[in-house]
Amino acid sequence: MNKVKSFFSYLIRKDVVKTLLTSVACAVVGLLTGYIVLLIVNPGAAGQGFKTLVLGFLDVPNKYGMQAEALAKTFTRTAPLLVSGVAILLAYKAGFFNIGASGQFTMGVFAALYMALVWHAPWYLCMLGAIIFGAAYGAIVGLLKAFLNVNEVISGIMLNWIALYLTSMLIKDSPDMWDSIKFETLSVKRVSPGSVIPSLGLENLFAGYEYITISIFIAIAVAIIFFVILEKTTLGYKMKATGYNKHAAKYAGMKEKMNTVIILALSGALAGLSGALLYLTGIEPWYCPTNVPSMGFDGISAAFLGGLSPIGTIFSSFFITHITIGGSRLDTAYYSPEIAKVVTGVIIYLCAFVLFIKEQLNKRILKSDREKLLRKTLAENGISYTPPPKNSSFAGTREDKPKAGVSDNEKGGES
Amino acid sequence: MGGLLLLIQYTLIFASVLSVVAIGGMFSERSGVINLGLEGCMVMGALAGALVMAFTPSTVPGWIVVILTLLTSILAGMLYSMLLAVAAVQFKADQTITGTAMNILAPALATSVVKAITLNTGDRKATPYLYYVDAHEFFIIRIGTFELNWFILLMFVVVALAFVILYKTRFGLRLMSCGEHPQAAASNGINVIGMRYVGVLISGGLAGLGGIAFINSANSSWPFDSGVVGFGFLALAVMIFGKWKPINIFLGALLFSLFRALGNTYNAFSFLSDLPVNPIIYNMLPYIVCLIILAITSRNSKAPKAEGIPYDKGMR
Repeated sequence: MNKVKSFFSYLIRKDVVKTLLTSVACAVVGLLTGYIVLLIVNPGAAGQGFKTLVLGFLDVPNKYGMQAEALAKTFTRTAPLLVSGVAILLAYKAGFFNIGASGQFTMGVFAALYMALVWHAPWYLCMLGAIIFGAAYGAIVGLLKAFLNVNEVISGIMLNWIALYLTSMLIKDSPDMWDSIKFETLSVKRVSPGSVIPSLGLENLFAGYEYITISIFIAIAVAIIFFVILEKTTLGYKMKATGYNKHAAKYAGMKEKMNTVIILALSGALAGLSGALLYLTGIEPWYCPTNVPSMGFDGISAAFLGGLSPIGTIFSSFFITHITIGGSRLDTAYYSPEIAKVVTGVIIYLCAFVLFIKEQLNKRILKSDREKLLRKTLAENGISYTPPPKNSSFAGTREDKPKAGVSDNEKGGES
Repeated sequence: MGGLLLLIQYTLIFASVLSVVAIGGMFSERSGVINLGLEGCMVMGALAGALVMAFTPSTVPGWIVVILTLLTSILAGMLYSMLLAVAAVQFKADQTITGTAMNILAPALATSVVKAITLNTGDRKATPYLYYVDAHEFFIIRIGTFELNWFILLMFVVVALAFVILYKTRFGLRLMSCGEHPQAAASNGINVIGMRYVGVLISGGLAGLGGIAFINSANSSWPFDSGVVGFGFLALAVMIFGKWKPINIFLGALLFSLFRALGNTYNAFSFLSDLPVNPIIYNMLPYIVCLIILAITSRNSKAPKAEGIPYDKGMR
């Protein structure tokens, strides 16, 4: 029993475990909220609805390969979300909130579709084009921030709308790209099959699902690469240093302005890639929507639910896609698919508390460690220990208070 | 001439939305909390108001419908902004993420609610649209062909009140001190946490009001799956452009609305519609202008010094 307890206390001191616990807690509470919404809308069908929502592809009947197809669809939609999530967390680690990811995504979609439909370029070039366009668009945010002190949240939002209108204008003017009868872009699969991301025979594994490509592997590779960059390289350390303390990073000789531009361009590049990963599979045409695409915002959900780690984001983006697909399968006679979005909304809301929860956890751990040390010292000197009465004025002495969020986190990490 | 009148009309309508919401955002930021969730508060206010407008029996007199709609919208906005207040003020949660979550949640919730309602009425087909054709009329004031609405009058009231409250009352000055240096404010016996709650709630209420103003001036029906098409964010930009001051915000909102209105009315001006450019340019224009203005004015930012930083008693 004691061993289990000490193993648990060892685990709880690990940052990864803390993150995992809080993320799972957020997801569970989010799902419960979804269940409550289902209950309110239609109590009779709530049980079945919740099952559909939570099980996602698993709820699809396992015949004629329908389940495999649903899983393939989940993978295909996870890929762009994962890369978007990495784009968000990369910027966030460096202290920037890249809410302009949606605009960079839009620019990426435009570049990929233009090169595919007009130039019939091979898929990797289309992807490269998307990356470059996204990076350039992200760099605008960075330049505005670094040299003109424009808040990246506001400029990002403005640029989202500009990208939306700009691409609509360019796409609708081009008969090579726009099908003005169906009101959508022409099919990449039909016009330029070479621009579709290859599947390398994956469709044989997934009951011939026609949109499965290697996009999910590309996305996972990107996540792993950025995990390595962030955790193991000087470049990653520099990025994070700017996020920890801008002034200290500057004092240490880092070029703060250049860093800002590079980080936002990198984040933009990933957001652009995310656009290519979705639309070069041919899973859906681009409709030139009237509202900013939600991919950038969904990336925020994925990044925070994933504990701001590229590896965590692999799982969180799969989970979010999973319940989104579950939501789209809800019986529309009772429910609307937006309920899945309610769940993700609640999850991100809860994720905002994560830092607070971790801080509380660290405080607890610190306190119990201290008490243990005190007990030990007293026992060595042959004095019996009596715990201080609760609510005494000594309970909250000054040292108990963290000086700042960052230093407190470090304490937790070391112990 | 008709074109000019139309332009003025649209400008005033957009300005009434933007300045009310931006002033709401100002109250929140002056108290030290960034309310990025203004967009979400607007959606919730719009939803509550639209529900009142759509489902009040037609026997109720018009002025009661108007007052009821406004009050419900304000209340809904305030309630929704409690999400931010509790998270950011009480629990020191990240304000940007909280706001973003509110913006994602609100349209999803609103669409779910509206679809659930439309499913249970009429032809059992879920649509994100709410119709409020009759009640819509109550809000309109006609002077000849010039069409105004009550929200434009409300805008002037809100701007004037905001100016007086912020600069001429003890409450306003205390609120501002919480956004500049909360520890100093606390040492003078001001309840920083309470002040920040009030700041966020005011922003929520005004955003709710702006939300109903927006969907009501736009049309006599509204698809809730498109939220309030980014007006909450525009209001934030207007607030920054207005340097967190009520009068400046009002002027900024007017300027921005003028460009926004051009997108709706360029057809009425022959010299504009004859220009060999794609009309989508006019939709883009307000955002581009806003970005340029921000680029010029952001260098010496007059933002409240403590905005976005959770209040910590022990910090110096």
